[in-house]
Amino acid sequence: MQMSGAQMVCEAIIAEGVKTVFGYPGGAIMHVYDEIYKQDGFEHILNRHEQAAVHAADGYARATGEVGVAMVTSGPGFTNAVTGLATAYMDSIPLVVISGQVPLSLIGTDGFQEIDAVGISRPCTKHNFLVRTLEELPRVLKEAFYIARSGRPGPVLVDIPKDITVDIGKFVYPDSVDIPSYKPTYKGNKRQIEKAVEAIKTAKKPLLYIGGGVVLSNASDLVRKLAEKTQIPAVETLMARGVMGAKNPLLLGMLGMHGNYASNMAMSETDLVISLGARFDDRVTGKLSEFAKYADIIHVDIDAANIGKLVDVDYPIVGDITQVLEKMAPLLDDVDTDRYNAWREILKRYNELHPQSYVDSDKVIKPQWVIERIGELAGEDAIITSDVGQHQMWAAQHYPFDRPRQWISSGGLGTMGFGFPAAIGVKRAFPEKTVINITGDGSILMNMQELVTAAEYEIPVINVILNNHFLGMVRQWQTFFYEKRYSETDLTFQPNFKALAEACGGIGYDVETKEEFDAALQDAIKQDKVCFMNVSTNRFENVLPMVPSGGALFNMMLPSTTENNGEVE
Amino acid sequence: MAEFTNERRVISVIVMNESSVLARVTALFAGRGYNIESLTVAPIPSSNMSHITIATNGSAKVMEQITKQLHKLIPVYKVIEHEEMVEKEMVLVKFPIAENLSDISALCATYNGGIVNVGTEMVIAQVADEPKRIKHFIEAAQRYNPCEIVRGGVVAIER
Ligand SMILES: Cc1ncc(C[n+]2csc(CCOP(=O)(O)OP(=O)(O)O)c2C)c(N)n1
Repeated sequence: MQMSGAQMVCEAIIAEGVKTVFGYPGGAIMHVYDEIYKQDGFEHILNRHEQAAVHAADGYARATGEVGVAMVTSGPGFTNAVTGLATAYMDSIPLVVISGQVPLSLIGTDGFQEIDAVGISRPCTKHNFLVRTLEELPRVLKEAFYIARSGRPGPVLVDIPKDITVDIGKFVYPDSVDIPSYKPTYKGNKRQIEKAVEAIKTAKKPLLYIGGGVVLSNASDLVRKLAEKTQIPAVETLMARGVMGAKNPLLLGMLGMHGNYASNMAMSETDLVISLGARFDDRVTGKLSEFAKYADIIHVDIDAANIGKLVDVDYPIVGDITQVLEKMAPLLDDVDTDRYNAWREILKRYNELHPQSYVDSDKVIKPQWVIERIGELAGEDAIITSDVGQHQMWAAQHYPFDRPRQWISSGGLGTMGFGFPAAIGVKRAFPEKTVINITGDGSILMNMQELVTAAEYEIPVINVILNNHFLGMVRQWQTFFYEKRYSETDLTFQPNFKALAEACGGIGYDVETKEEFDAALQDAIKQDKVCFMNVSTNRFENVLPMVPSGGALFNMMLPSTTENNGEVE
Repeated sequence: MAEFTNERRVISVIVMNESSVLARVTALFAGRGYNIESLTVAPIPSSNMSHITIATNGSAKVMEQITKQLHKLIPVYKVIEHEEMVEKEMVLVKFPIAENLSDISALCATYNGGIVNVGTEMVIAQVADEPKRIKHFIEAAQRYNPCEIVRGGVVAIER
């Protein structure tokens, strides 16, 4: 069929089954927007900032497991989108971002709103394309979606010069993709899997170390079954919260800088780490030379470059977790679960010694209480997004996550401003679910313009602002490591959050007491409007346990041993 | 501790011929802090691929990461970490015509080369040899006051 490049873009989006595109128009992408106007195969959400559009597509992708799509114009439209790309890249989220570019004839001339988009985005995309001819456009679009979702997923940028969107040519959307240089490995090596199984059977203190790759591979059920069959205890990274389920007796908790005592001790004392889709991030490992010092390491990862990058691996298995576990599970039918009894006992005692805890108060609202209360009131069905800071860590520590894709947070890049637009994307994908962004008084301002988007499209996202009048996480480091010099972290000067929400067409709540919180949240869940819930919380509360940066995992600051443990001041 | 000693290595990267593929490869080295000692690139005859030869250095661990990260680039078809290879480099040198041309000619012959161009004021010599020998040649050539030396970078082929 003959059509314009702009039409081809729309046809490809429809052919890929995309229902919602998030974006923002401008000169170089206008022809595509003109076609969006004429079609009804997908809806377009006009976010109020390109960064937010990409985060929204990202939230959509994290919640559904499908490719998220965002569209932006050239120059500033694209540069605004870069933080979104980098956020998705660090967490391996499948996105296709389509950007307009100046016409081919102007490329390289410093034309109006020209910027080298493929150059800038190279280190923060899985792959990117500058489309050079109309003929290659259908193939490039097909490859973009394929690359985004296959192998280790990631964001792909397609930069399209304006004249190519205007030109008319033949459109045949390819059925399949053949890139000779790109063949991801899905099947794990059989021999390696057998060796790993032997190691599990002879270990005394094995530990499942579960990362975000399990979520991406939709392997949660397999991992739960593996744990149950072998009775091997498990720790989760920030990105894997929900994989095991909070009620699972084999789950010790989250490990790492703000991991709980039992998880970090387990990692320090295990004799066999079974790493599934985790990448030994420095926020997880602490001091590398002390990390899992007494353990052999099995590392299952779809990205070979993750294996052996930071720690030496004894049993490397390159492959998709689902396929590897399907092969591994039957080989473990005869595992002797009693072998690990003593180990589980030790860990149980660690957990009794220092459980994940905080001291509640009658005078002020403790942020941890708010998280627990949301878990009780919103139930297992809610989907939680977060921004970055103390509130993010408290949410990860205290929320009773029950399933994967219930917890949506920027882990690798740690992007403040992610939570609200991501929640918009999540809510669009799952309108019947309660979607709550747990945020801070710092982070929420970084994409607060999305109040307007959410109000316009009636996307009732609940933003719970844990308001400590500080850039809390930075303030915590200043308390512990900079002798309380609170350089540029005091947020005493504040907007009127309630009025701000109302001014943009949403609802605002000011919450000073626990009773008010219960009432506000129950009301917000019933409303069909976006809201800001401004919850005054204890100013100097600290996230504990904490492994100081660069320290060994077993050297934790614990609530019982730490001064300044958030006394009510 | 061989793992941690920096060793010179030559790798061949076979890539699809497409725009900005070389930029992807060099940006990867720059972005992840790997060294490039020399780099050559040319199309592979009657194919849609190119051969990039990179001389680099790093520990075994770093080399492993370089190879894996290169392989992750979508247009990279194959990465060969050379073990047993024939390695050659070409160099062009401009000498003043007043220098002793028969000595220069003899020197070049020793390193698989000779004088390839003679002008009114300058002669141009060319040699092609193993990188180590090229280094020696350049040292020896200093005696004849070279005005310009252009090295071509390494190409290698597995034996
Ligand atoms: C875009 C961005 N800028 C800066 C930072 C550094 N940073 C990490 S946490 C934090 C403070 C966040 O404050 P707030 O949102 O109020 O959350 P709290 O820690 O108080 O819960 C800052 C500034 C970041 N992660 N992202």
